Amino acid sequence: MPEIIKNGRVQSDDWQVLRLAEGEAAADAVLPAGHVIVPLATWQARRAELLPKAEAGTLGVWLAGDEDPAALAADLPALPVVAVDFPKFADGRGYSLATLLRTRLAYEGELRAIGDVLRDQFFFLLRCGFSVLQPREGKYTTAQLEAALASLRDFTNPYQGAVDRPEPLFRRQPRSPRQEDAAR
Amino acid sequence: MYQYDEYDQRIVDERVAQFADQTQRYLAGELSEDEFRPLRLQNGLYIQRYAPMLRIAVPYGNLNSKQLRTLGHIARKYDRGYGHVTTRQNIQFNWPRLEDVPEILGLLAQVQMHAIQTSGNCIRNVTSDPFAGVAADEIADPRPWCEILRQWSTFHPEFAFLPRKFKIAVNGAKQDRALIHAHDIGLDIAHDAAGALGFRVLVGGGLGRTPIIGEEVSAFVPWQQILNYCEAILRVYNLHGRRDNAYKARIKILVKALGVEEFARQVEAEFIHLKDGPSTLTQAEIDRVASRFDDPLLAPLPQDAGYRAHLAQDKAFAAWARRNVRTHQVPGYASVVLSLKPYGVAPGDVTAEQFDAIADLADRYAFGEVRNTHEQNVLLASVREAGLFALWQQARELGLATPNIGLLTDIISCPGGDFCALANAKSIPIANAIQDRFSDLDHLYDLGELELNISGCMNACGHHHVGHIGILGVDKNGQEFYQVTIGGSQGSQAALGKVIGPSFAAAEMPDVISSLIDTFVDNRHDDERFIDTVRRIGVDSFKTRVYAERNARLEARETTNA
Repeated sequence: MPEIIKNGRVQSDDWQVLRLAEGEAAADAVLPAGHVIVPLATWQARRAELLPKAEAGTLGVWLAGDEDPAALAADLPALPVVAVDFPKFADGRGYSLATLLRTRLAYEGELRAIGDVLRDQFFFLLRCGFSVLQPREGKYTTAQLEAALASLRDFTNPYQGAVDRPEPLFRRQPRSPRQEDAAR
Repeated sequence: MYQYDEYDQRIVDERVAQFADQTQRYLAGELSEDEFRPLRLQNGLYIQRYAPMLRIAVPYGNLNSKQLRTLGHIARKYDRGYGHVTTRQNIQFNWPRLEDVPEILGLLAQVQMHAIQTSGNCIRNVTSDPFAGVAADEIADPRPWCEILRQWSTFHPEFAFLPRKFKIAVNGAKQDRALIHAHDIGLDIAHDAAGALGFRVLVGGGLGRTPIIGEEVSAFVPWQQILNYCEAILRVYNLHGRRDNAYKARIKILVKALGVEEFARQVEAEFIHLKDGPSTLTQAEIDRVASRFDDPLLAPLPQDAGYRAHLAQDKAFAAWARRNVRTHQVPGYASVVLSLKPYGVAPGDVTAEQFDAIADLADRYAFGEVRNTHEQNVLLASVREAGLFALWQQARELGLATPNIGLLTDIISCPGGDFCALANAKSIPIANAIQDRFSDLDHLYDLGELELNISGCMNACGHHHVGHIGILGVDKNGQEFYQVTIGGSQGSQAALGKVIGPSFAAAEMPDVISSLIDTFVDNRHDDERFIDTVRRIGVDSFKTRVYAERNARLEARETTNA
């Protein structure tokens, strides 16, 4: 069973990500039993059929880097999980997609990073609003993931606002001008 | 210069710990080469031709004497006794060991320095006018804005993996000295009709493989909104910039593909949502950041009689003062450019001893502060007129007083094929050969202002496109050749040079430059600058003479050989 990072802990997880094989039509994909995250195209092609599953909390949707999260705007309240795929960890579109889902579309449910999700990007992913980090199965041992939890706290007080802390440092903390420093 | 508070210091300290852990995991084989690459690049660490190269951030070029001494120490202990000032105002070391880099970063953190985002596909070190805060033609000091942008862009979680690198420059003077037309975002401080401060925003400039002059996407963004506006630009780019081809991934390609109007429309559509949001700047924050610059308080001084007497008596001093000393905002003070272009040395190289010596000069004459210039020299921003003569004498002994600022031999050059793995050709020997040909100072002064820039490959680190004369190293069947452009310029009238024709072998280059100079001298009106003559008479006269004289040389050689 894949392991994920959620709520600051390593946990087992039973959500499966459905990826279409090359040439496979989104409408024809066979859904595995249990909790499943389907591609946006499958969701759009079979929305009526899949909506009850989403409402029952067993089906979510994932977005690719070139897909517009606004396409899900009306469905977000019904979806227990939205995932954003990182085809390569250096493809940074997912950070903007997550930010838009959280800020522009006010999505409050579970937001997963899937695909090439690496521990050295965990900090940035959380800042952009992901609540679940799902590295590829087998990428890390449980011990490595446990060790990676420390990197969630790499930086105590980042400068800029982001989804996790919308206010920038200068609004969150009183920062002193030079003269006050000198007076100490 | 800007003094860290506890938050700034903590972020840098935490970065050192983070990178030490990443390096250790890489060396232990837990991180693959591909996984480690962006991590080390975002700490300025390249794997170069002979050794790693570490690029250290010098935010908008500002350094203090303590930092210079640390750089000298690093040069001595971890490198081969020297460092290099880059065309983006940073410092590079060419020989550190990968294993030593966390330790070097630790030393840098102790003096409020780092190597954060000096490479990689992220927002790079913000650059600006080296004369910021002292320039006579200043509209507003760009440094607080640069520092605000530095903080905003440092570890910005959304923009750490952009399609390609992203460079921001800020100009606050009438004459642009920050190359804002050649940056991904160029910010030009301006006032609106009501006198409020803001920024004219240029996007999509850049040199490199596809040189493009940036275009205006907004005539005026109020200062309160500048981070929101930059965020809008970056988001449009992050989502829509090309990721399939690294050569077409810069924002300039996106702007060209969409057209500047459509690009500006998309930015505006994003900006509407961000405007007045939490990142909106406040006067209190601007004031706080500005207050953390420990600039000396300079009271106007009367003209110094001793300085004027030395100028009248000492021809060499007067020549240096004419070229290397600039007018200051405050009467009785001047700005001094220390030249890193003595003959026979790679442009921009600084030895460990010179780092220490520049620190001493800064402490004695310039309130402990220096700035790197993108022309690869070092500036002492505020020097009392009364100190100029003694400063000159000491700088001369240190090899830092070549009186050639802005002249033909004040060459901008990348490290080239001697160091860089990307280079097609060497650049430093070409720079040295040209400096050797034009070593007569009187002749140089007669020729007047002339900017000659050399890049060893089309990545254009030597800014050859905007040199009055530009030289580009190219590879022809494994041989090093050089393509020449003329008519480029930096500044408010930024322009890209035009290629004069087929490329030349290395040995021909001094003669080629001589042909260009002779054409200029024969056609020059009065004290016209080279660039103005090119603009007036066009490229063709230059081209015709260069190739005619080249053919004559080749024929003469064949005759001799026959």
